[in-house]
Amino acid sequence: MSTEHIVTSYEDELASLDNKIAQMGGLTEHLIADAFDALSKRDAELAVKVISDDDKIDQFELDIEEQAIAMIARRQPMALDLRQIMVAIKITSDLERIGDLGKNMAKRVLSIHSERHPAQLMHGMRSMQELALGQLKDVLDSYAERNTNKALAVWRGDEEIDAIYNSLFRELLTYMMEDPRNIGLCTHLLFCAKNLERIGDHTTNIAENVHYLVLGNPIQEERPKGDKTSQMLVNHDDQD
Amino acid sequence: MEVQSAVKDKVEQDKAMALKEETAKTAANTAAKTVKMSGKDVCVYYGEKQALFDVNLDILENSVTSLIGPSGCGKSTFLRCLNRMNDVIDICRVTGEITLEGDDIYDPSLDVVELRARVGMVFQKPNPFPKSIYDNVAYGPRIHGITADRTELDELVESSLQKAGLWNEVKDRVAESGTGLSGGQQQRLCIARAIATKPDVILMDEPCSALDPIATATIEELIDELRANYTIVIVTHSMQQAARVSQRTAFFHLGKIIEEGETTQIFTNPQDEKTQDYITGRFG
Repeated sequence: MSTEHIVTSYEDELASLDNKIAQMGGLTEHLIADAFDALSKRDAELAVKVISDDDKIDQFELDIEEQAIAMIARRQPMALDLRQIMVAIKITSDLERIGDLGKNMAKRVLSIHSERHPAQLMHGMRSMQELALGQLKDVLDSYAERNTNKALAVWRGDEEIDAIYNSLFRELLTYMMEDPRNIGLCTHLLFCAKNLERIGDHTTNIAENVHYLVLGNPIQEERPKGDKTSQMLVNHDDQD
Repeated sequence: MEVQSAVKDKVEQDKAMALKEETAKTAANTAAKTVKMSGKDVCVYYGEKQALFDVNLDILENSVTSLIGPSGCGKSTFLRCLNRMNDVIDICRVTGEITLEGDDIYDPSLDVVELRARVGMVFQKPNPFPKSIYDNVAYGPRIHGITADRTELDELVESSLQKAGLWNEVKDRVAESGTGLSGGQQQRLCIARAIATKPDVILMDEPCSALDPIATATIEELIDELRANYTIVIVTHSMQQAARVSQRTAFFHLGKIIEEGETTQIFTNPQDEKTQDYITGRFG
């Protein structure tokens, strides 16, 4: 990135691509924060706003993709430029998915809106959301700064989100077993927790792409996999 | 739990298999590539001025090696060393070692004419002789006495034109002048002329720079086909062309090789900043 292109308009296009990703990333962060606020406060109005905000993120994805394709066609990018454009397409697709997951949480707010609201249940959810949002923010910073160390830290940090998810999963199952009236609410919360866990995975994808963008090779370590809920069973004997 | 451990075992098994295949593939790739020509510490001087500085480069058999770099970087100078075309320039002096299949091509006892039959050349501007298409191709075989009689020569001319992808377009008019062909056809005629002496290596100095995109594509397709039987070295100013046609790329700058490697790696992940700046259009 030290020297500039001889063709200024090419340089401008690459800068505008970065700029749009920064904007899209900012919007996505906001959307996730709002979606969670709506969930914890049962704020239907905010939830509706989140649902409509997701359209803006989708629009960004289309816009960035279109620009990236046009640049490939017109500039025949090479090396770092090629990686930047390919990574832009991939990152926007991850951000778009993150937006969808936030929107999905907001939709669930509308369904559980009138249900009981056990405060302690939200405790684990909150720390999970804070972690996921922090990771998203860090990974977007790592992209803007082209900072592979930051990206690697995010990549390794996903395990922590998975760990909270595992314990939340157990917790929610326990509530459901305690009182069947909790099942509706807890199922929705379980999906919200799953959404946050998925947001962590998309964030990890972005971290991998930042690494590839800067160094030109994929992260060599094996990806940490902390989501063990697919192997969890309810043991009814415990209840007796 | 049993199911889970079975799944785990299967995953581990697949991983081990994939690793094995990968290793086998890499081994096969390296084994298939032998060094056809090699330059060691090549320096070239034009009078007092040094044009190349300690260039080391291996040219691999049956592959296309492209030499890229800004004007005056020494890529054409190096190309011309490979069949001693620099000998015709009086003030030009070459030091270091260049070998063809292990033999020093600057050995004083070596027949230069013979060398140039084995290492053919195609130039930037199509330069057919002002003779018939047939005679253009037959010229080399005649002076080198490659064929025994007319029938054999006819066959060689036809097969050379065929290999150069020109036969179908000219088979009814081989007696007509070569200069009457289109630019792209003329260039393919020059390639046929180079092929006719049964070379091992074909050097191409910007073979498409005077051609339109369609003729260029035809030549590029031809280069890819020729690779099966010949070793090709191409100098090109078009980075896209180097990326399209070659398997290996060497980047020259100010008379030195800055970086050399697999073409895909050079164009997606160059290791040297100068290479990156050049191929992305950051300096001229």
